[in-house]
Amino acid sequence: MDYNFNFAAVWRDFDLLLSGLALGLALAMVSIAIGCVIGLLAAFGMISRRRLLRTVSSVYVTTIRNTPILIIILFTFFALPQLGVRLGKIESFVLSLSVYAGAYLTEVFRAGLVALPPGLREAGLSIGLTEFQAKRYVTIPVMWRNVLPSLSNNFISLFKDTSLAAAIAVPELTFYARKINVETFRVIETWMVASLMYVITCYVLAEILRRVEHRLAIPR
Amino acid sequence: MTEPLLRIENLHKTFGKLEVLKGIDMTMERGDVTSIIGSSGSGKTTLLRCINLLEDYQDGVVAIDGDQIGYRTQNGRRVRRPERQIAAQRAMTGMAFQHFNLFPHLTASRNIMLGLVKVRKMPAAEAKEIAAHWLTRVGLGDRGDAYPGQLSGGQQQRVAIARAVAMAPKLMLFDEVTSALDPELVNEVLNVITDLARDGMTMLLVTHEMKFAHDVSSKVVFMHQGRIAEAGPPAEVLRNPKSARLAEFLKGAKF
Repeated sequence: MDYNFNFAAVWRDFDLLLSGLALGLALAMVSIAIGCVIGLLAAFGMISRRRLLRTVSSVYVTTIRNTPILIIILFTFFALPQLGVRLGKIESFVLSLSVYAGAYLTEVFRAGLVALPPGLREAGLSIGLTEFQAKRYVTIPVMWRNVLPSLSNNFISLFKDTSLAAAIAVPELTFYARKINVETFRVIETWMVASLMYVITCYVLAEILRRVEHRLAIPR
Repeated sequence: MTEPLLRIENLHKTFGKLEVLKGIDMTMERGDVTSIIGSSGSGKTTLLRCINLLEDYQDGVVAIDGDQIGYRTQNGRRVRRPERQIAAQRAMTGMAFQHFNLFPHLTASRNIMLGLVKVRKMPAAEAKEIAAHWLTRVGLGDRGDAYPGQLSGGQQQRVAIARAVAMAPKLMLFDEVTSALDPELVNEVLNVITDLARDGMTMLLVTHEMKFAHDVSSKVVFMHQGRIAEAGPPAEVLRNPKSARLAEFLKGAKF
Protein backbone atom coordinates (compact mmCIF):
# COMPACT_ATOMS: atom_id res chain seq x y z
CA MET A 1 0.00 0.00 0.00
CA ASP A 2 1.29 3.35 -0.96
CA TYR A 3 -0.52 5.82 1.23
CA ASN A 4 0.87 9.10 2.48
CA PHE A 5 -0.56 9.90 5.88
CA ASN A 6 -1.39 13.53 6.31
CA PHE A 7 -2.87 14.51 9.65
CA ALA A 8 -2.65 18.26 9.04
CA ALA A 9 -6.28 18.55 8.02
CA VAL A 10 -7.38 16.72 11.16
CA TRP A 11 -5.16 18.76 13.47
CA ARG A 12 -6.52 21.96 11.98
CA ASP A 13 -9.98 21.06 13.27
CA PHE A 14 -8.84 19.19 16.35
CA ASP A 15 -10.52 21.72 18.63
CA LEU A 16 -13.84 20.81 16.99
CA LEU A 17 -13.22 17.14 17.77
CA LEU A 18 -12.35 18.05 21.35
CA SER A 19 -15.50 20.11 21.75
CA GLY A 20 -17.47 17.18 20.31
CA LEU A 21 -15.84 14.84 22.80
CA ALA A 22 -16.72 17.17 25.67
CA LEU A 23 -20.34 17.36 24.52
CA GLY A 24 -20.48 13.56 24.29
CA LEU A 25 -19.23 13.23 27.87
CA ALA A 26 -21.75 15.81 29.06
CA LEU A 27 -24.60 14.01 27.25
CA ALA A 28 -23.59 10.70 28.84
CA MET A 29 -23.36 12.24 32.31
CA VAL A 30 -26.73 13.94 32.16
CA SER A 31 -28.34 10.83 30.69
CA ILE A 32 -26.94 8.46 33.31
CA ALA A 33 -28.07 10.82 36.06
CA ILE A 34 -31.63 10.92 34.71
CA GLY A 35 -31.42 7.21 33.88
CA CYS A 36 -30.51 6.44 37.50
CA VAL A 37 -33.63 8.21 38.75
CA ILE A 38 -35.84 6.40 36.21
CA GLY A 39 -34.07 3.10 36.90
CA LEU A 40 -34.47 3.40 40.66
CA LEU A 41 -38.18 4.19 40.41
CA ALA A 42 -38.77 1.38 37.91
CA ALA A 43 -36.71 -1.05 40.03
CA PHE A 44 -38.97 -0.38 43.03
CA GLY A 45 -41.89 -0.76 40.62
CA MET A 46 -40.58 -4.19 39.58
CA ILE A 47 -40.46 -5.46 43.16
CA SER A 48 -43.62 -3.68 44.28
CA ARG A 49 -46.52 -5.60 45.76
CA ARG A 50 -48.88 -3.72 43.44
CA ARG A 51 -49.45 -5.51 40.19
CA LEU A 52 -50.03 -2.28 38.24
CA LEU A 53 -46.60 -0.91 39.17
CA ARG A 54 -44.96 -4.23 38.34
CA THR A 55 -46.68 -4.33 34.96
CA VAL A 56 -45.83 -0.74 34.03
CA SER A 57 -42.16 -1.20 34.98
CA SER A 58 -41.78 -4.46 33.20
CA VAL A 59 -43.47 -3.24 30.01
CA TYR A 60 -41.08 -0.26 30.00
CA VAL A 61 -37.97 -2.37 30.53
CA THR A 62 -38.97 -5.04 28.02
CA THR A 63 -39.96 -2.55 25.32
CA ILE A 64 -36.89 -0.35 25.59
CA ARG A 65 -34.38 -3.17 25.94
CA ASN A 66 -35.77 -4.84 22.84
CA THR A 67 -35.68 -1.71 20.69
CA PRO A 68 -32.42 -0.72 18.96
CA ILE A 69 -31.17 2.53 20.46
CA LEU A 70 -30.91 4.19 17.04
CA ILE A 71 -34.64 3.59 16.55
CA ILE A 72 -35.36 5.19 19.93
CA ILE A 73 -33.26 8.21 18.97
CA LEU A 74 -34.92 8.60 15.56
CA PHE A 75 -38.40 8.01 16.97
CA THR A 76 -37.93 10.65 19.65
CA PHE A 77 -36.49 13.16 17.20
CA PHE A 78 -38.78 12.64 14.21
CA ALA A 79 -41.99 11.10 15.52
CA LEU A 80 -42.57 12.93 18.81
CA PRO A 81 -42.94 16.34 17.10
CA GLN A 82 -45.72 14.83 14.97
CA LEU A 83 -47.43 14.00 18.26
CA GLY A 84 -47.03 17.58 19.43
CA VAL A 85 -43.90 17.18 21.57
CA ARG A 86 -41.24 19.52 20.20
CA LEU A 87 -37.71 19.22 21.56
CA GLY A 88 -34.35 20.54 20.41
CA LYS A 89 -31.78 18.07 19.04
CA ILE A 90 -29.85 17.87 22.27
CA GLU A 91 -32.90 17.60 24.53
CA SER A 92 -34.36 14.98 22.24
CA PHE A 93 -31.14 12.95 22.36
CA VAL A 94 -30.80 13.26 26.14
CA LEU A 95 -34.38 12.05 26.51
CA SER A 96 -33.69 9.03 24.27
CA LEU A 97 -30.45 8.12 26.02
CA SER A 98 -31.96 8.59 29.51
CA VAL A 99 -34.95 6.40 28.76
CA TYR A 100 -32.61 3.81 27.24
CA ALA A 101 -30.20 3.94 30.20
CA GLY A 102 -33.11 3.80 32.63
CA ALA A 103 -34.28 0.46 31.26
CA TYR A 104 -30.87 -1.16 31.72
CA LEU A 105 -30.32 0.45 35.10
CA THR A 106 -33.71 -0.82 36.27
CA GLU A 107 -32.38 -4.34 35.98
CA VAL A 108 -29.12 -3.38 37.70
CA PHE A 109 -30.95 -1.78 40.63
CA ARG A 110 -33.58 -4.50 40.85
CA ALA A 111 -30.91 -7.17 41.09
CA GLY A 112 -29.07 -5.03 43.65
CA LEU A 113 -32.20 -4.64 45.76
CA VAL A 114 -33.26 -8.27 45.77
CA ALA A 115 -29.71 -9.32 46.68
CA LEU A 116 -29.82 -7.33 49.93
CA PRO A 117 -30.46 -9.35 53.09
CA PRO A 118 -34.07 -8.67 54.24
CA GLY A 119 -32.74 -8.07 57.74
CA LEU A 120 -31.30 -4.75 56.62
CA ARG A 121 -34.69 -3.17 56.00
CA GLU A 122 -36.08 -4.78 59.15
CA ALA A 123 -33.25 -3.39 61.25
CA GLY A 124 -34.04 0.05 59.86
CA LEU A 125 -37.73 -0.33 60.68
CA SER A 126 -36.96 -1.70 64.14
CA ILE A 127 -35.25 1.54 65.19
CA GLY A 128 -38.33 3.47 64.09
CA LEU A 129 -37.42 4.54 60.55
CA THR A 130 -40.37 4.77 58.16
CA GLU A 131 -40.31 2.59 55.03
CA PHE A 132 -39.14 5.62 53.06
CA GLN A 133 -36.39 6.48 55.53
CA ALA A 134 -35.24 2.85 55.62
CA LYS A 135 -34.88 2.99 51.83
CA ARG A 136 -33.19 6.37 51.83
CA TYR A 137 -30.68 5.81 54.61
CA VAL A 138 -30.17 2.06 54.54
CA THR A 139 -31.18 -0.08 51.58
CA ILE A 140 -30.48 2.33 48.72
CA PRO A 141 -27.02 3.41 49.97
CA VAL A 142 -25.95 -0.21 50.49
CA MET A 143 -27.39 -1.32 47.14
CA TRP A 144 -25.76 1.68 45.46
CA ARG A 145 -22.29 0.70 46.63
CA ASN A 146 -22.87 -2.89 45.57
CA VAL A 147 -23.90 -1.98 42.02
CA LEU A 148 -21.23 0.67 41.37
CA PRO A 149 -19.18 -1.60 39.09
CA SER A 150 -22.20 -2.27 36.84
CA LEU A 151 -23.01 1.40 36.91
CA SER A 152 -19.50 2.24 35.67
CA ASN A 153 -19.82 -0.23 32.81
CA ASN A 154 -23.17 1.25 31.88
CA PHE A 155 -21.74 4.74 31.90
CA ILE A 156 -18.87 3.87 29.56
CA SER A 157 -21.26 2.07 27.29
CA LEU A 158 -23.57 5.11 27.26
CA PHE A 159 -20.67 7.38 26.44
CA LYS A 160 -19.92 5.28 23.37
CA ASP A 161 -23.60 5.38 22.43
CA THR A 162 -23.43 9.19 22.26
CA SER A 163 -21.78 8.72 18.86
CA LEU A 164 -25.27 7.84 17.59
CA ALA A 165 -26.32 11.44 18.24
CA ALA A 166 -24.56 12.24 14.95
CA ALA A 167 -27.60 10.68 13.27
CA ILE A 168 -29.69 13.67 14.32
CA ALA A 169 -26.86 16.21 13.81
CA VAL A 170 -25.95 16.72 17.45
CA PRO A 171 -22.44 18.20 17.20
CA GLU A 172 -20.50 15.60 19.14
CA LEU A 173 -17.27 13.82 18.23
CA THR A 174 -18.64 11.50 15.52
CA PHE A 175 -20.58 14.35 13.93
CA TYR A 176 -17.42 16.47 13.62
CA ALA A 177 -15.34 13.54 12.43
CA ARG A 178 -17.83 12.98 9.63
CA LYS A 179 -17.76 16.67 8.80
CA ILE A 180 -13.94 16.76 8.61
CA ASN A 181 -13.98 13.56 6.58
CA VAL A 182 -16.37 15.03 4.04
CA GLU A 183 -14.56 18.35 3.82
CA THR A 184 -10.97 17.04 3.58
CA PHE A 185 -11.29 13.49 2.21
CA ARG A 186 -8.67 12.45 4.79
CA VAL A 187 -10.80 9.37 5.55
CA ILE A 188 -8.26 7.16 7.26
CA GLU A 189 -6.68 9.91 9.34
CA THR A 190 -10.00 11.35 10.50
CA TRP A 191 -11.53 8.08 11.64
CA MET A 192 -8.25 6.91 13.14
CA VAL A 193 -8.03 10.02 15.29
CA ALA A 194 -11.71 9.86 16.26
CA SER A 195 -11.44 6.18 17.19
CA LEU A 196 -8.35 6.79 19.25
CA MET A 197 -10.09 9.62 21.07
CA TYR A 198 -12.92 7.24 22.03
CA VAL A 199 -10.51 4.51 23.10
CA ILE A 200 -8.39 6.80 25.25
CA THR A 201 -11.40 8.49 26.84
CA CYS A 202 -13.04 5.16 27.69
CA TYR A 203 -9.80 3.83 29.11
CA VAL A 204 -9.27 6.90 31.30
CA LEU A 205 -12.93 6.83 32.39
CA ALA A 206 -12.63 3.18 33.40
CA GLU A 207 -9.54 3.95 35.46
CA ILE A 208 -11.19 6.90 37.21
CA LEU A 209 -14.36 4.94 37.93
CA ARG A 210 -12.35 2.00 39.25
CA ARG A 211 -10.73 4.33 41.77
CA VAL A 212 -14.06 5.84 42.73
CA GLU A 213 -15.48 2.35 43.28
CA HIS A 214 -12.52 1.49 45.43
CA ARG A 215 -12.94 4.59 47.57
CA LEU A 216 -16.67 4.13 48.02
CA ALA A 217 -16.55 0.38 48.67
CA ILE A 218 -17.90 -0.74 52.02
CA PRO A 219 -14.85 -1.44 54.21
CA ARG A 220 -14.42 -5.00 55.43
CA MET B 1 -55.52 -1.64 87.88
CA THR B 2 -52.49 -0.19 86.12
CA GLU B 3 -51.79 -1.18 82.57
CA PRO B 4 -48.89 -3.62 82.20
CA LEU B 5 -45.99 -2.55 79.98
CA LEU B 6 -46.74 -5.29 77.48
CA ARG B 7 -50.15 -6.86 77.11
CA ILE B 8 -50.83 -9.56 74.55
CA GLU B 9 -54.33 -10.97 74.26
CA ASN B 10 -55.54 -13.80 72.10
CA LEU B 11 -52.85 -13.16 69.47
CA HIS B 12 -53.36 -15.07 66.23
CA LYS B 13 -50.94 -15.10 63.32
CA THR B 14 -51.17 -17.08 60.12
CA PHE B 15 -48.84 -17.44 57.17
CA GLY B 16 -51.26 -18.31 54.39
CA LYS B 17 -53.08 -21.40 55.68
CA LEU B 18 -50.50 -22.14 58.36
CA GLU B 19 -51.48 -20.86 61.78
CA VAL B 20 -48.27 -20.18 63.71
CA LEU B 21 -49.68 -18.36 66.74
CA LYS B 22 -52.91 -19.85 68.04
CA GLY B 23 -54.04 -17.45 70.71
CA ILE B 24 -51.20 -16.10 72.84
CA ASP B 25 -51.91 -14.33 76.12
CA MET B 26 -49.13 -12.79 78.15
CA THR B 27 -48.22 -9.66 80.07
CA MET B 28 -44.96 -8.08 81.18
CA GLU B 29 -44.42 -5.48 83.88
CA ARG B 30 -41.67 -2.86 83.82
CA GLY B 31 -38.32 -4.40 84.68
CA ASP B 32 -39.42 -7.95 83.83
CA VAL B 33 -36.99 -10.20 81.99
CA THR B 34 -38.91 -12.92 80.21
CA SER B 35 -37.28 -15.72 78.23
CA ILE B 36 -39.21 -17.62 75.60
CA ILE B 37 -37.99 -21.15 75.00
CA GLY B 38 -39.26 -23.88 72.74
CA SER B 39 -38.27 -25.94 69.72
CA SER B 40 -37.95 -24.39 66.29
CA GLY B 41 -41.28 -23.79 64.61
CA SER B 42 -43.03 -23.25 67.93
CA GLY B 43 -43.69 -19.59 67.05
CA LYS B 44 -41.18 -17.88 69.41
CA THR B 45 -39.57 -15.62 66.84
CA THR B 46 -42.90 -14.85 65.17
CA LEU B 47 -44.32 -13.76 68.52
CA LEU B 48 -41.39 -11.39 68.99
CA ARG B 49 -41.78 -10.01 65.46
CA CYS B 50 -45.50 -9.36 65.98
CA ILE B 51 -44.67 -7.16 68.96
CA ASN B 52 -42.79 -4.66 66.78
CA LEU B 53 -44.96 -5.38 63.76
CA LEU B 54 -42.25 -6.81 61.54
CA GLU B 55 -45.05 -9.36 61.11
CA ASP B 56 -48.72 -8.46 60.82
CA TYR B 57 -51.10 -10.32 63.08
CA GLN B 58 -54.59 -11.35 62.10
CA ASP B 59 -56.41 -11.24 65.40
CA GLY B 60 -55.95 -10.23 68.99
CA VAL B 61 -54.21 -7.35 70.69
CA VAL B 62 -50.59 -6.37 71.26
CA ALA B 63 -50.38 -3.28 73.45
CA ILE B 64 -47.40 -1.46 74.87
CA ASP B 65 -48.20 0.97 77.66
CA GLY B 66 -51.83 0.70 76.65
CA ASP B 67 -51.22 1.59 72.97
CA GLN B 68 -52.37 -1.08 70.57
CA ILE B 69 -49.49 -1.77 68.21
CA GLY B 70 -50.19 -1.48 64.50
CA TYR B 71 -53.96 -1.40 64.64
CA ARG B 72 -56.80 0.51 66.19
CA THR B 73 -60.43 -0.34 66.49
CA GLN B 74 -62.81 1.86 64.55
CA ASN B 75 -66.56 1.18 64.59
CA GLY B 76 -65.79 -2.31 65.85
CA ARG B 77 -63.41 -2.98 62.94
CA ARG B 78 -59.68 -3.50 63.05
CA VAL B 79 -57.92 -0.77 61.05
CA ARG B 80 -54.20 -0.70 60.34
CA ARG B 81 -52.59 2.46 61.58
CA PRO B 82 -50.88 4.79 59.11
CA GLU B 83 -47.23 4.10 58.34
CA ARG B 84 -45.90 7.05 60.38
CA GLN B 85 -47.70 5.95 63.53
CA ILE B 86 -46.45 2.41 63.08
CA ALA B 87 -42.88 3.69 62.74
CA ALA B 88 -43.29 5.72 65.93
CA GLN B 89 -44.72 2.67 67.73
CA ARG B 90 -41.85 0.51 66.55
CA ALA B 91 -39.46 2.95 68.18
CA MET B 92 -41.03 2.06 71.56
CA THR B 93 -39.33 -1.31 71.28
CA GLY B 94 -35.75 -2.13 70.39
CA MET B 95 -34.75 -5.34 68.67
CA ALA B 96 -31.54 -7.32 68.44
CA PHE B 97 -31.51 -9.90 65.66
CA GLN B 98 -29.96 -13.32 65.24
CA HIS B 99 -27.83 -12.07 62.35
CA PHE B 100 -27.07 -8.62 63.89
CA ASN B 101 -28.27 -6.75 60.78
CA LEU B 102 -25.93 -3.82 61.27
CA PHE B 103 -25.90 -1.23 58.50
CA PRO B 104 -22.71 -2.29 56.66
CA HIS B 105 -22.05 1.11 55.07
CA LEU B 106 -21.96 2.97 58.39
CA THR B 107 -19.38 2.88 61.18
CA ALA B 108 -20.35 1.37 64.53
CA SER B 109 -20.90 4.86 65.89
CA ARG B 110 -23.05 5.93 62.92
CA ASN B 111 -25.11 2.76 63.17
CA ILE B 112 -26.16 3.93 66.61
CA MET B 113 -26.56 7.58 65.59
CA LEU B 114 -28.89 6.98 62.64
CA GLY B 115 -32.04 6.35 64.69
CA LEU B 116 -31.21 9.05 67.20
CA VAL B 117 -30.82 11.67 64.47
CA LYS B 118 -33.56 10.59 62.05
CA VAL B 119 -36.18 9.26 64.46
CA ARG B 120 -35.50 11.08 67.73
CA LYS B 121 -34.48 14.24 65.79
CA MET B 122 -31.43 14.71 67.98
CA PRO B 123 -28.53 16.99 66.92
CA ALA B 124 -25.62 14.94 65.53
CA ALA B 125 -23.23 16.02 68.31
CA GLU B 126 -25.56 14.78 71.02
CA ALA B 127 -26.25 11.55 69.15
CA LYS B 128 -22.51 10.99 68.83
CA GLU B 129 -22.06 11.32 72.57
CA ILE B 130 -24.83 8.84 73.24
CA ALA B 131 -23.31 6.46 70.71
CA ALA B 132 -19.93 6.77 72.43
CA HIS B 133 -21.57 6.15 75.81
CA TRP B 134 -23.29 2.96 74.67
CA LEU B 135 -20.26 1.69 72.78
CA THR B 136 -18.25 2.05 75.98
CA ARG B 137 -21.04 0.32 77.88
CA VAL B 138 -20.80 -2.74 75.60
CA GLY B 139 -17.01 -2.70 75.82
CA LEU B 140 -16.31 -1.23 72.38
CA GLY B 141 -15.48 2.36 73.28
CA ASP B 142 -12.46 2.30 70.98
CA ARG B 143 -14.21 0.76 67.93
CA GLY B 144 -16.65 3.54 67.09
CA ASP B 145 -14.98 4.21 63.74
CA ALA B 146 -14.87 0.57 62.68
CA TYR B 147 -17.25 -0.69 60.02
CA PRO B 148 -19.34 -3.80 60.78
CA GLY B 149 -17.27 -5.85 58.33
CA GLN B 150 -14.19 -5.08 60.38
CA LEU B 151 -15.68 -6.44 63.63
CA SER B 152 -16.05 -9.98 64.93
CA GLY B 153 -19.52 -11.52 65.22
CA GLY B 154 -19.63 -10.93 68.96
CA GLN B 155 -18.55 -7.33 68.54
CA GLN B 156 -21.14 -6.78 65.80
CA GLN B 157 -23.87 -8.15 68.03
CA ARG B 158 -22.81 -5.88 70.87
CA VAL B 159 -22.96 -2.86 68.53
CA ALA B 160 -26.41 -4.02 67.37
CA ILE B 161 -27.60 -4.20 70.98
CA ALA B 162 -26.12 -0.76 71.66
CA ARG B 163 -27.91 0.57 68.55
CA ALA B 164 -31.24 -0.68 69.91
CA VAL B 165 -30.87 0.37 73.57
CA ALA B 166 -29.49 3.81 72.67
CA MET B 167 -32.99 4.63 71.40
CA ALA B 168 -34.19 4.23 75.01
CA PRO B 169 -36.92 1.74 74.15
CA LYS B 170 -39.53 0.74 76.71
CA LEU B 171 -39.02 -2.90 75.85
CA MET B 172 -36.02 -4.72 74.34
CA LEU B 173 -36.61 -7.75 72.14
CA PHE B 174 -33.77 -10.23 71.68
CA ASP B 175 -34.22 -12.77 68.91
CA GLU B 176 -31.77 -15.67 69.39
CA VAL B 177 -28.94 -13.19 69.56
CA THR B 178 -26.25 -15.78 70.24
CA SER B 179 -27.34 -18.49 67.78
CA ALA B 180 -25.17 -17.24 64.91
CA LEU B 181 -22.07 -16.77 67.06
CA ASP B 182 -19.04 -18.98 67.50
CA PRO B 183 -19.18 -20.57 70.96
CA GLU B 184 -16.29 -18.51 72.32
CA LEU B 185 -18.12 -15.27 71.44
CA VAL B 186 -21.41 -16.14 73.12
CA ASN B 187 -20.47 -15.01 76.62
CA GLU B 188 -19.41 -11.50 75.71
CA VAL B 189 -22.90 -10.92 74.31
CA LEU B 190 -24.71 -12.59 77.21
CA ASN B 191 -22.71 -10.46 79.64
CA VAL B 192 -23.95 -7.30 77.93
CA ILE B 193 -27.56 -8.50 78.22
CA THR B 194 -27.10 -9.48 81.87
CA ASP B 195 -25.69 -6.04 82.53
CA LEU B 196 -28.76 -4.40 80.93
CA ALA B 197 -31.09 -6.62 82.96
CA ARG B 198 -29.38 -5.49 86.16
CA ASP B 199 -30.07 -1.94 85.05
CA GLY B 200 -33.78 -2.64 85.13
CA MET B 201 -34.39 -2.79 81.37
CA THR B 202 -37.54 -4.68 80.42
CA MET B 203 -36.53 -7.50 78.11
CA LEU B 204 -38.18 -10.25 76.17
CA LEU B 205 -35.75 -12.84 74.85
CA VAL B 206 -36.03 -15.80 72.56
CA THR B 207 -33.14 -18.01 73.51
CA HIS B 208 -31.65 -21.47 73.38
CA GLU B 209 -29.24 -20.68 76.24
CA MET B 210 -31.02 -22.47 79.08
CA LYS B 211 -28.52 -21.57 81.75
CA PHE B 212 -28.76 -17.92 80.75
CA ALA B 213 -32.58 -18.07 80.79
CA HIS B 214 -32.43 -19.67 84.22
CA ASP B 215 -30.00 -17.13 85.69
CA VAL B 216 -31.24 -13.88 84.19
CA SER B 217 -35.01 -14.17 83.66
CA SER B 218 -37.76 -13.36 86.06
CA LYS B 219 -40.08 -15.55 84.03
CA VAL B 220 -39.71 -18.35 81.50
CA VAL B 221 -42.31 -19.10 78.84
CA PHE B 222 -42.32 -22.43 77.03
CA MET B 223 -43.99 -22.33 73.63
CA HIS B 224 -45.20 -25.37 71.79
CA GLN B 225 -46.99 -25.44 68.43
CA GLY B 226 -48.08 -21.82 68.51
CA ARG B 227 -49.31 -21.80 72.10
CA ILE B 228 -47.83 -21.03 75.50
CA ALA B 229 -47.59 -24.44 77.07
CA GLU B 230 -46.02 -23.49 80.39
CA ALA B 231 -44.95 -20.25 82.04
CA GLY B 232 -43.62 -19.23 85.42
CA PRO B 233 -40.50 -18.45 87.43
CA PRO B 234 -37.40 -20.03 85.87
CA ALA B 235 -36.67 -22.35 88.77
CA GLU B 236 -40.17 -23.78 88.58
CA VAL B 237 -40.50 -24.09 84.80
CA LEU B 238 -36.98 -25.32 84.11
CA ARG B 239 -36.48 -27.56 87.13
CA ASN B 240 -39.98 -28.97 87.53
CA PRO B 241 -41.57 -29.16 84.08
CA LYS B 242 -45.22 -30.11 84.35
CA SER B 243 -45.61 -31.53 80.87
CA ALA B 244 -43.79 -34.40 79.23
CA ARG B 245 -43.13 -32.16 76.22
CA LEU B 246 -41.21 -29.60 78.24
CA ALA B 247 -39.35 -32.32 80.10
CA GLU B 248 -38.37 -33.79 76.75
CA PHE B 249 -37.31 -30.36 75.44
CA LEU B 250 -35.16 -29.72 78.51
CA LYS B 251 -33.47 -33.11 78.45
CA GLY B 252 -29.74 -32.58 78.44
CA ALA B 253 -29.97 -28.84 79.12
CA LYS B 254 -27.63 -27.65 81.85
CA PHE B 255 -28.35 -24.75 84.18
